[in-house]
Amino acid sequence: MRAFLRVWIIKLAPAVIAFAVATLLAALLLLVSGYQISLAFRALLEGAFGSAYALSETLVKSIPLLLTGAAVALAFRAGVWNIGAEGQLLAGALAASALAATFSAFGGMTGVLGIALLLLAGGVAGGLWAGLAGVMKTRRSVPEVVSTILLNFIAIELVRYAVHGPLMETAGQFPQSDALDASLRLTRLFPPTRLHAGLWLALVIAVLCYLLIQRTVFGFEMQATAANPRAARFAAIDTARVQLFSLIISGAVAGLAGVIELAGVTYRVYDNFSPGYGYTAIAVALMARLNPLAVIFSALLFGALENGAAAMQRQANVSAVISYVIQGLVVLTMAVAGGVTLKSNAART
Amino acid sequence: MILNFIENLLASGVKLAAPLWLTATGETYAERAGVINIGLEGMMLAGAFAGMVVSYFSASPWPGLLAGMLAAMLLAAVFAVLTVHFQADQIITGAALNLVALGLSGFLFRHIFGVTGAALTATSFPTLELPGFAGIPILRGLLSRQPVLLYAALGLVPLAAFVLNHTHLGLAIRACGEQPAAADTAGRNVFRLRFGCVLFSGLLAGAAGAYLTLAHANTFVEGITAGRGFIALALVIFGRWQPLGVFFASLFFGCANALQFQFQARGYDLPYQFFLMLPYLLTLLVLVFSTRGRQAPAALGKAYRRS
Repeated sequence: MRAFLRVWIIKLAPAVIAFAVATLLAALLLLVSGYQISLAFRALLEGAFGSAYALSETLVKSIPLLLTGAAVALAFRAGVWNIGAEGQLLAGALAASALAATFSAFGGMTGVLGIALLLLAGGVAGGLWAGLAGVMKTRRSVPEVVSTILLNFIAIELVRYAVHGPLMETAGQFPQSDALDASLRLTRLFPPTRLHAGLWLALVIAVLCYLLIQRTVFGFEMQATAANPRAARFAAIDTARVQLFSLIISGAVAGLAGVIELAGVTYRVYDNFSPGYGYTAIAVALMARLNPLAVIFSALLFGALENGAAAMQRQANVSAVISYVIQGLVVLTMAVAGGVTLKSNAART
Repeated sequence: MILNFIENLLASGVKLAAPLWLTATGETYAERAGVINIGLEGMMLAGAFAGMVVSYFSASPWPGLLAGMLAAMLLAAVFAVLTVHFQADQIITGAALNLVALGLSGFLFRHIFGVTGAALTATSFPTLELPGFAGIPILRGLLSRQPVLLYAALGLVPLAAFVLNHTHLGLAIRACGEQPAAADTAGRNVFRLRFGCVLFSGLLAGAAGAYLTLAHANTFVEGITAGRGFIALALVIFGRWQPLGVFFASLFFGCANALQFQFQARGYDLPYQFFLMLPYLLTLLVLVFSTRGRQAPAALGKAYRRS
């Protein structure tokens, strides 16, 4: 028992330290700026956990973070820098919303089969969006760090175009798509809260990601490619193929995040559909040290932070963008703690 | 008529290009020394923010420029300490700094100016007409009545190219990026050179950020850099890690971007979102089709450890 505890303490220590350091520095920032820290932090905690409703909203925010976090973790484990979860999420949501629009135009799918098709469309779209960066990387040696970010910007403009143009609601009033048909929405678990059945889907997908990495040949090839691509090639691993497919799978998971957010929470696509889930995902994945199971917990933590920060802005007048500072500081501390540095240095070539 | 068109295009193209080649030139130095700085976007943002605040309160653009460069250098120093000395991963550290800069500038901006909604105007750089260029076609477009800062940015290009390619310092920097162990053996301080190059990239990214608020937009909004830091990263590759190449890549990019205004002005029937998408699309295309003979510094992105 003692030894077991010690292992877990060592495993958890960097994450706990990282979060403590980040929170402390953010508190210092608030203090220097002349805010009442106790007021701000109480608003944050109550906003995140203070009531059943607050808790449900924290979970609602955690679902897309869990999925995009798992997506990022998956790619990073293969030594591929997918900074594009944001764009892949948008591609997924956009494709699903376009498919739903054709459903309602031709009086087609409803119910479980309809939802399954939406998920399929979103997953494929996210995978293709990431696959673009993958092909550019493997065929034309364009660094994916750059291409995935550029694809984020392009996806944002594509969404803007779609909701002002072909996907604009039939009422024609606001730049947003029509609301999903009631039968295509994910079940609400505890109405009136917005917590939806996407939670179970997200958990299952995170476990699948974990199994893919830990228990399959492809997962082994991913880790070998990340650890030392040259050695992996000597071991007859087609590293280009591994990197391409890691990106595609990662993008597909991020695309699913978009569909689940669409079918579970927003029902519509619009400008600023995602408040940067795909970027927060990087912090989520790193805090979990790229383990998709641990991502479940770090997603919860960052979901609480997002939700709490919004409450802090309402009640203590502290701008919610401060949550970016905390996220960034967590990542910095984790980077220094070095858990992630080992795998990545060799992987760049 | 066509001459007029080219001159107009160059005049606005060079204005759009200046923050790009400033940032990309600094990044060229960092990458030639073996460090990839993904945090450029955040450093530009820090420069834009500090430039806005200081020029607003001092009612002069020069202290703003200085503050912008210092703020970005501060971020660069954090980046350098973590990546060069603690050997933290360069990509992750850079991505984290972008988040910090985005949050910090947004938070502080609202804290200082409140959520007014009314656009604040920065005290911006005066424009300057160089005498003697008024009669020369083409160049007349490039150099007539541009912001003062733009001339400094132009002057930087040959200087940066000369130092990198024709001095002992430049040779030492390039050695750090190709064979750090060999450079170390030859008595060069790899850590100090890399540190210096990262600081330099921060300084220029800060100047580019200040250029955005003080010579281009004349105000600050959250996320004003709009991905320019990432485009600069791409331009370093497009320009093949050479200051001159980076300059022409940026100029090409700026002019292509200026072209969209010409199209829009002529009322071509394309949705405006495509014009907003164009810079990113163009960057990707350029990267895909400019691979031939492209060779990144051999030790790029790898932390150097003495063994």
